[in-house]
Amino acid sequence: MTADKHLNAIKYAFPKTIPILAGFSFLGMAYGIYMHSLGFAPIYAIMMSLLIFAGSMEFVAGNLLLSAFNPVSAFILTLMINARHLFYGISMLDKFKNTGKKKYYLIYGMCDESFVINSTAGIPKDVDKGWFMFYVTLLNQIYWVSGTAIGSLFGSAITFDTSGLEFVMTALFVVIFVEQWMKEHDHFSSMAGLAISAVCLMIFGADQFILPAMVIMLLVLSFVRRDKMKDKVVTDK
Amino acid sequence: MTLIQEMIIIGVVAAGTLTTRFLPFIIFSSDSPTPSYIKYLGYVLPPAVFGLLVVYALRNIELSSIQSFLPEMISVAVVIILHYWKRSMLLSIAGGTLFYMLLVQVFF
Repeated sequence: MTADKHLNAIKYAFPKTIPILAGFSFLGMAYGIYMHSLGFAPIYAIMMSLLIFAGSMEFVAGNLLLSAFNPVSAFILTLMINARHLFYGISMLDKFKNTGKKKYYLIYGMCDESFVINSTAGIPKDVDKGWFMFYVTLLNQIYWVSGTAIGSLFGSAITFDTSGLEFVMTALFVVIFVEQWMKEHDHFSSMAGLAISAVCLMIFGADQFILPAMVIMLLVLSFVRRDKMKDKVVTDK
Repeated sequence: MTLIQEMIIIGVVAAGTLTTRFLPFIIFSSDSPTPSYIKYLGYVLPPAVFGLLVVYALRNIELSSIQSFLPEMISVAVVIILHYWKRSMLLSIAGGTLFYMLLVQVFF
């Protein structure tokens, strides 16, 4: 692997991560300020962003540190909140094949945003796929950790009105959904994901809808469509 | 909590997150071919997960209050229209976000 190939992969990866740069700088800072407000030294937020690297879980972990010591329930809560990563892993099994040792970091750093970019980016032939995904993941983590560090160190000094900036993550997910919609001929999967999640949100509420939504999606996609789509998948791959 | 207890909690949360990320790769190791059902799931899950993420991002809106859902709904519409118009990810995301910031800072 020559330096040129690395440069090539970074050049192609960086533009794809610009929305994440905006979102993670802001959300990372918000997390740093939040941890500061809970009374933790900056090293806490920074270490948690490095080690855990899962946005919403880190906010929850800040609260766990302030409640009674219960590692077992903390572990189970983490599994529940982050269960969606299981779906990401299943989707990336083939894409991460033949990426060598990078694979461990690709899996370690597979947050929502890195998954979304790595699973949808059409990578040109002259760009190394493994290194492209590696740099997308690395850049995203750098944005998040830097944002966290800035927020926890200097958060109180920010004076301009940033309210509403958090919408950048919503906008990213909407664009990815629309892009997928424009590309696909069969909208069943997209529709099922959106509808099942929305119904589960209404029934179970914001804190608990993800797990039931995942289970129902799995059941619906497994039983309703399996026969129709199976042949297509086998011939595609 | 003592420092040791805090370190344990952070470690446990990191371990739980790692578990959810690594589990599929441990179960379906790259040495053996992936079962066709799992391949099928890998093919149909991403679009469904993108739908889940859209709902996840909007999970805190309350339909009972106009202030809570109108800016989000209009801005989501702006993102979709921009994307169908120019099909540029950056333009759609930046345009929608700036529009949302304008709405919540000036009008709502």
